[in-house]
Amino acid sequence: MAHADAHGHDDHKPSFVNRWLFSTNHKDIGTLYIIFSLFAAIIGIGLSVLMRLELQQPGLQIFADGQMWNAYVSAHGLIMVFFVIMPALIGGFGNWFVPIMIGAPDMAFPRLNNISFWLMVPAFLLLGGSLFVGGGAGAGWTIYPPLSDDTYQSGPAMDMALFALHLAGASSILGAANFITTIFNMRAPGMTLHKMPLFVWSMLVTAFLLLLAVPVLGGAITMLITDRNFGTAFFDPAGGGDPVLFQHLFWFFGHPEVYIMILPAFGIISHVISTFSKKPVFGYLGMAYAMVAIGVVGFVVWAHHMYTSGMDVDTRAYFMAATMVIAVPTGVKIFSWIATMWGGSMKFDTPMLFAIGFIFLFTMGGVTGVVLANAGITQILHNTYYVVAHFHYVLSLGAVFGIYAGIYYWIGKMSGKQYPEKLGKIHFWLTFIGVNLTFFPMHFLGNQGMPRRYPDYPDAFWGWNFIASMGAYISVAGFIFFFYVMYVTFKRGATVPANYWGEGATTLEWQVSSPPPFHSFDELPKIR
Amino acid sequence: MAFAQSQAPMVGAPAPWGMGLQESGGPIKDAISSFNTLVFWLMVAVTIFVAILLAWVMWRFNEKANPVPSQTSHHTGLEIAWTVIPVLILLVIAVPSFRLIYYQDRARDADLTINVTGHQWYWSYQFPDHGNFSFDSRPIQDEDIRPGQFRSLEVDEPLIVPVGRTIRVMTNGVDVIHSFFIPSLGVQRYSIPGRTLETWMRADRVGTFYGQCNQICGVNHWFMPIVVKAVPQAEFDAWVASARTRFARQDAPAAPALAEATGDTIRIAAARQ
Repeated sequence: MAHADAHGHDDHKPSFVNRWLFSTNHKDIGTLYIIFSLFAAIIGIGLSVLMRLELQQPGLQIFADGQMWNAYVSAHGLIMVFFVIMPALIGGFGNWFVPIMIGAPDMAFPRLNNISFWLMVPAFLLLGGSLFVGGGAGAGWTIYPPLSDDTYQSGPAMDMALFALHLAGASSILGAANFITTIFNMRAPGMTLHKMPLFVWSMLVTAFLLLLAVPVLGGAITMLITDRNFGTAFFDPAGGGDPVLFQHLFWFFGHPEVYIMILPAFGIISHVISTFSKKPVFGYLGMAYAMVAIGVVGFVVWAHHMYTSGMDVDTRAYFMAATMVIAVPTGVKIFSWIATMWGGSMKFDTPMLFAIGFIFLFTMGGVTGVVLANAGITQILHNTYYVVAHFHYVLSLGAVFGIYAGIYYWIGKMSGKQYPEKLGKIHFWLTFIGVNLTFFPMHFLGNQGMPRRYPDYPDAFWGWNFIASMGAYISVAGFIFFFYVMYVTFKRGATVPANYWGEGATTLEWQVSSPPPFHSFDELPKIR
Repeated sequence: MAFAQSQAPMVGAPAPWGMGLQESGGPIKDAISSFNTLVFWLMVAVTIFVAILLAWVMWRFNEKANPVPSQTSHHTGLEIAWTVIPVLILLVIAVPSFRLIYYQDRARDADLTINVTGHQWYWSYQFPDHGNFSFDSRPIQDEDIRPGQFRSLEVDEPLIVPVGRTIRVMTNGVDVIHSFFIPSLGVQRYSIPGRTLETWMRADRVGTFYGQCNQICGVNHWFMPIVVKAVPQAEFDAWVASARTRFARQDAPAAPALAEATGDTIRIAAARQ
């Protein structure tokens, strides 16, 4: 009896406040992250719709002036990076599945996990609020001084945005420490590093990137804050400072940041491809170490964002060579995914559609990345819509397809209810057509020399901008449809067993019930 | 041929529904275009290759066509191949790419030097070896655009340069960072406060070459166009003569004679050797 009581206590679900506000359970925190990310996506995607409405025709229609435009563009970028993609992939899926996949009872530091999440909320409020204070923070997501200093962005909006980055950065650093500790110390017996699922590998590499890159951003924006408010001159040439120093610091963070956004998606795609091909991942070690290589090389290529900042030509030559090297491990991943499918018995459920879409679109974003790596060409493509097209292909179509693939793959596991297959497929096709229509014409605009961050443009750019806007509306229709799919899932979704994907799904999360119990494992699983 | 070109002035501007790079007005852009063509077709080939592989596996290895999956998960030869072949493709790209950036970097023997300064929100140009005169180049508002002009690309005082002459471009900034960007001449450099960056350009065809500020710089970032007009040397000389009086500053010391001043460029070139 006493034993049964104790057991009952273990399994007892806490009250609403205890469960969701003071949560220390990795699955609940993961759920919070995903909900947060979807909420932020409504804002971030809403901003992009306003931008596409403005750009649909030449001339200024809905934006009052360039400052308002710049503030919206900057907020769109920062929100999508820090409050949509990172929380969904790292905080959401990372929290949910890293502990389960390695057979750990929870994250190493559950309370730290809680504060990681709750730092995001004030960060997001500060950033969102900055849009409504004064003229907003209109210096682009790259916040280059002098435009971001107090002479050109006076008022508290820019400071709010900078503090938002500080809070989001602190959240990321704490989360990264938590993941690294969890993965290194809490693997179940037998779960060696070389047996870890690739999603866990991707989170491990991502966590290291976060831990090493984000503090550099923290330093840079701290200097910017003191330049703005306390009379220092780190980036002000009039006081002996240097605006280009900021660019180096920013991109030392900023380039690893793009891999922080895409690596977890790589992990998810590997699982999805393997599951729906009913085959183990091809070249597992190559896949894992390709991610490690991307992470390492990702730290020494930052100045390819600065080809027109006046660096010495030899320095440009180095960064060009290093950047092109990244194409090699990325190619290894693409071909290994295809080899995983080769000889498989493929089933095209929605997660698999998103995964195959990911491979093709990421390849397109990858090859334009090779084009842009060449400083010679980037001399006239830098800061044009070609760059906008490139990074939306790898992020908006890459990372976001990774998120969608993850949601459809795991929604049954997380909620216990399966999504409606037909609606999921409609969502895929709406999204696939919409995003391609939006971003493919941007290559043409960039080739023709259309600079980014323009609310109005010469009339010659009208045609492709119009097409891009139409594509954006289709994508947004897809996004709204996604919420309907989720609604139907929770309202009428079929209850699913522990392993609803069958023989192809081999990782540990498919051993626990759907949804998993409050404590995933009563005893540590043993891995053969 | 060169004569025929000079008869029909070129317009270096974006074209409606244009898809590729803008037309070339000079040697740097020529070099960029031909290199871009190489990279473009290589990348198209890679993309098509991946697309074909994807289509093939979806057709051949779907559930119906192949009910029993293989369990192959290694093939050392394949893994080496898809590591080494991309490296070779990158080498094919890298060699001309390095040549291109060293060619673009700076002019060894410039015929003249022009200082470019970005301001919120207009450009100013200075001719240090033609009497050191300088002038501002401000955008023309939409309501003042005449038929045949490009809205939000025109300026009141275009930058006049001699055709076929190598021009050293020195950019510097006074307020925030701007970017001096002319796609059809293949040139772009930031203008950064506290720094002077050097590059070069040359227009080999008579014509007008349009560009825009390409680094976010505040409220009117989208409205600080650049217009470069390449004219024959004689026309350029006449323009310089009139510009020196038109843009003469009252507080400036008397401009030195032209012959003396050209020494400036030669000295910079000599110092660089």
